[in-house]
Order: sequence, then C-alpha cells, then structure tokens
Amino acid sequence: MSDETPVRASDSGASQGSSESGPSVGPSSGPAPRSGGGRPQGGPGGRPSGGPGGRGKFFRRKKVCKFCTEKIDAIPYRDVRLLQGFVAERGKIVPRRLTGVCTTHQRRLTRAIKQARNIALLPFATRH
Amino acid sequence: MSRVYEVMFIVRPDVVEEEVDKLIAGFSTTVTGGGGVVKTVEKMGRRKLAYMVRKFNDGNYVLLTVEADGPVVLELERRLRVTEPVIKFITVRIDEEEKRLAKVKALRGVRRKVEHAVSAPAPAAVAAPVTAAPVEAAEAAPAAV
Repeated sequence: MSDETPVRASDSGASQGSSESGPSVGPSSGPAPRSGGGRPQGGPGGRPSGGPGGRGKFFRRKKVCKFCTEKIDAIPYRDVRLLQGFVAERGKIVPRRLTGVCTTHQRRLTRAIKQARNIALLPFATRH
Repeated sequence: MSRVYEVMFIVRPDVVEEEVDKLIAGFSTTVTGGGGVVKTVEKMGRRKLAYMVRKFNDGNYVLLTVEADGPVVLELERRLRVTEPVIKFITVRIDEEEKRLAKVKALRGVRRKVEHAVSAPAPAAVAAPVTAAPVEAAEAAPAAV
C-alpha cells in the first residue's frame, strides 16, 4: 500500500493537468468519429505514395530457408553436395541475405562447411 | 560418461587396401583397449582432395564412429598424428547433435499424433453433448415439474 500511495500522488499531480484533458476527451468522444474519419483520409493520401514507392516496381520473392522448408534437420560436414550449394565459386561461404537461410541453420551450415574444409572435402580457396 | 565421436581420417593414396585395414584394426584396438566401443567403420573410398595435402591430391577416406571417453579419444588422436600414412584427420563430437535430432524427431512424431488425435475425437466430442443434452433436459424437466 505504501508503494502505491506515492504513485497515486504522482499520478494525481500529473493527472491534474491531464484530468482537464480527460474531460475534454470525454466530450470529444462524440466528435471522435470525425477525427477518426479524418485520419484515414490523410492515410490513404500518404500511404500509397510511401508504400509502393519504398518497394519499388519490383516484387522480390521472399526467400525461404531451404533447411526449414525441406525439413533437413542435420547438416553433416560429410555431405559435400549439400554444402557445395552454399559455397561460392571461390570457396567462400555465401551470406544469408543471398541464400535466404535462417539464422539457426546458417550457423550450423557455417560450422559444417568449416569442418569440411578441415578434412579437405571443401576448398579453403580455389587454386591459382 | 562416454561420448560419441566421429573420427574421419585420410590415408595416403599410395597405401594398399590391406594396409588400410590394418591401420583401422590398430586404431580400433586403441579404442577398445581404453574402454571405448567402435560403433561403425566406414571406408568412404578414394576421393579427390579439395586442396593439396602433403603433396597428395587424392586420399582414402575412413570414418569411424566411436563411443569413448575424452582421454581415449586424445590417445587415438595422438596415434593418428604419429601414424605416418595418415595425412589428415578430424574428430567431431556427435552425441549432442544426435540427442537434438532424436528430440526433433520425437517432437514431430508427437505433433503428428496430436493432429490425428484432434481430428479423430472431434466428431465424438460433438456427438457426446448431443446425446447428453436430451438426457439432462429429461432429468431437468421432472425436477422442474
């Protein structure tokens, strides 16, 4: 209880200013539909220009994690075929933003690729 | 507490098949001698290496799955390092991963069962109140009277 009283006091102190606004909100509940109606009018004006403008005219297909969709649980370092798909030509690990792999699977993938490199299943870098 | 490890090693390409078998037998005895168990032995055969290792471009890959304690694996690794025909090896602990996979699998199984269970009793649950309601109504009616 002792905890609540200071809070109330502070509330009441603050609400003395807001209490005036409180009643003003009450009466305005009648006109509120008008203001609510006014906002959507502003919204459609602003949004269409902002939304499609931000997206551009392209529609990029959302990339989904291969491991999640195909329900591949394990990412073994022995599976060279699987790992090869996530390694660039020069032997670099392809970033998540390009492949669409989720964070968890990218972490496991990275570990598997590094292990595979260690045992000479994957190259650290291509020759030359 | 023993753990499960996967030990993969590469034997020089110029070593004959029997020699490889001998090596595997030797490593198996080190594991069993230390109180471990060799679960599987897989000869993955000759493969091209992704990069040159000790001037070799090919190698015989061998995969051992071992259930043993840390010190046993340490000794095995020491042996691998010392053994001349072995040009590269890697040890990966897999028991935690196996556990995780088993969990995921179990979870999926349960989910499927739950889906079946939900779809199956649903009609029964619908049917039950219908049959129960008249009885209650019948019981309630005399009470009201």
